[in-house]
Amino acid sequence: MKNMLTIISNALCRITGRNVGAQTVSEGTRAVVSRSFADFTSQATFDIKKCDVHRLEEGPPLKAELTREQGLRYYRIMQTVRRMELKADQLYKQKIIRGFCHLYDGQEACAVGIEAAINPSDHLITAYRAHGYTYTRGIAVKEILAELTGRRGGVAKGKGGSMHMYAPHFYGGNGIVGAQVPLGAGIALACQYQGNNQVCVALYGDGAANQGQLFESFNMAALWKLPCIFTCENNQYGMGTSVERASASTDYYKRGDFIPGIRVDGMDVLCVREAFKFAAEHCRSGKGPIVMELKTYRYHGHSMSDPGVSYRTREEIQEVRSKSDPITMLKERMLSNNMASVEEFKEIDIAIRKEVEEAAQYATSDPEPPLEELCNHIFSNDSPLEVRGTNPWARLKSVS
Amino acid sequence: RLKNIVLGWNDLLCSKPMMVRDALNQAMDEELERDERVFLLGEEVAQYDGAYKVSRGLWKKYGDKRIIDTPITEMGFAGIAVGAAMAGLRPICEFMTFNFSMQAIDQIINSAAKTYYMSAGFQAVPIVFRGPNGASAGVAAQHSQCFAAWYAHCPGLKVVSPWNAEDAKGLLKSAIRDDNPVVFLENELMYGVPFEMSEESQSKDFTIPIGKAKVERQGTHVSLVSHSRYVSHCLDAAVVLAKEGIECEVINLRTIRPLDVECIETSVMKTNHLVTVEGGWPQFGVGAEICARIMEGPAFNYLDAPATRVTGVDIPMPYAKILEDNSLPQIKDIIFSVKKTLNV
Repeated sequence: MKNMLTIISNALCRITGRNVGAQTVSEGTRAVVSRSFADFTSQATFDIKKCDVHRLEEGPPLKAELTREQGLRYYRIMQTVRRMELKADQLYKQKIIRGFCHLYDGQEACAVGIEAAINPSDHLITAYRAHGYTYTRGIAVKEILAELTGRRGGVAKGKGGSMHMYAPHFYGGNGIVGAQVPLGAGIALACQYQGNNQVCVALYGDGAANQGQLFESFNMAALWKLPCIFTCENNQYGMGTSVERASASTDYYKRGDFIPGIRVDGMDVLCVREAFKFAAEHCRSGKGPIVMELKTYRYHGHSMSDPGVSYRTREEIQEVRSKSDPITMLKERMLSNNMASVEEFKEIDIAIRKEVEEAAQYATSDPEPPLEELCNHIFSNDSPLEVRGTNPWARLKSVS
Repeated sequence: RLKNIVLGWNDLLCSKPMMVRDALNQAMDEELERDERVFLLGEEVAQYDGAYKVSRGLWKKYGDKRIIDTPITEMGFAGIAVGAAMAGLRPICEFMTFNFSMQAIDQIINSAAKTYYMSAGFQAVPIVFRGPNGASAGVAAQHSQCFAAWYAHCPGLKVVSPWNAEDAKGLLKSAIRDDNPVVFLENELMYGVPFEMSEESQSKDFTIPIGKAKVERQGTHVSLVSHSRYVSHCLDAAVVLAKEGIECEVINLRTIRPLDVECIETSVMKTNHLVTVEGGWPQFGVGAEICARIMEGPAFNYLDAPATRVTGVDIPMPYAKILEDNSLPQIKDIIFSVKKTLNV
């Protein structure tokens, strides 16, 4: 047993070229009780799926490097998004969250992979399935959940709700399908105008991909070479309508026509990251916009009022869960390359569960916004004004 | 003789008359110079010098970066303008006429107007949407609609409607400096009309506050409340009525939203009679709002007669000149309405 472990250990040293460190495991103990930090592979290279490209001589690389630190970080962020969305599901069923709630579980690799590829000073805008991006762009879980429950501690003080959360360099959270795409092109125009070498990622779904205003945006972005990464999160269904029933062409990465495009495996966080590094470089180098298509999948229905099984089979959902789950894929990659231990992942899971539970506690106990806030934030940087209430004697006050 | 000398000095102090389009041009020029975040985009605004020549000379002076010709894609370029405003710039988005803004109205209302509120004060949208509004001459139904009531309905927007050149300059400068979405309703028929400009309007820092109406003519018998081109009609009607001993107080709203109700109330409490005049359709319009507000406030008790609205005819705009002329308030309609209100 001891010899076996030493052989493996030495083999690892040769493969990675690093001193994994000889480990001594006493007789009779189980293989792993507590492993020291130095036991793990600190970096590995993985093969990733080749991306289909449109109007590009070359695409993103076929290999991705992952450090242990990165891997644990991506795992933690994806798992946090996953657990946060599942908690939102729970709170919605308890009627503590009302109205619209569009959950992101299954699509985590997209948000995390994109964030890993861009800088915090870059810009991002998406549609209404926005909780994951709100988190990756820097807002704490408790502020997101408290916004869903409509409390004063919510990121928009309870005034926005699920679809209207904002953060520095994150422009929501937009409820009107497709409207966020011209906004994203405009943000890219501001980057170009200000000469700050930043890019904007403008996300939309397969349903929005047929909106006219997208093509208007593609046209202007290409004409003016705006640094905009137009990104279609293709989760196969626009509400209850499958892509084949909605789009004459389902090659969303080609829909930019004269704009180069890349189709990416959206379930693989490394594939997403490498593709977006490529895309960001393309935009920063002044080549103009690019269209990305992330093939991904949502486990939930379109929203909490859609069970999600009238237009697709439970078998299909289960198949994706078992074969392509983004979090499981990353974890298995890391485990099989000795980059982390099962215990470590368990510890991370426990910590996340605790964080999400505490956030839910906060979100259910934080008070609702005060009525005095009702009319505030109509105008920015303005003197106070009077707002008519429900009747002529209700003269309410609004401050900026 | 002394009076003539004084009047002569007065003329020297005022500048030579300026057309509304040149006042708008000057306002944009000064603001482009003052703040490099300000830029103009729209159809034909750059190399064509503006469809109505309002942006004449600006592209030559400021170049491609600041004055941008767009394709004919209102929804797209209005959205781009709003996004640019969110990310730190101060765009002026021109609609060739406000009729075309209907294609972009979702971006104006849902992306621009509501965002500061939805974000609880995090995301401001400092943008101006400007262009000619309302009827022109002979352009028929699809090119003649007045959008004052539509935009003024929405919280989160400011809606401005200048009348003369001084209004145009001062209000446009204020709109550009405002950190909020402003819908700036110009009037094509007023572009070529010259007006005296006061001494103070020569200053590069001359602004007129948004939300304050102006009494253009003092009067005692009736309050005539109007905006944009119809202020001229009201003043002309007032001259005719004065000959018959009826003194009209003419109020130029300048801003539709927020409405300066106080100014109207003060006037009505003095004159006891109210007549509103607008080019837009009657139902659910600017005049309707003014009547409702007067009823809800202290001025109601001072009315000696129900308020009267003079409006455009409730039809799509016809083409033939005789039909078009009779689709909009004429001076005789205002005179008739005043007399009916005063029961004379």
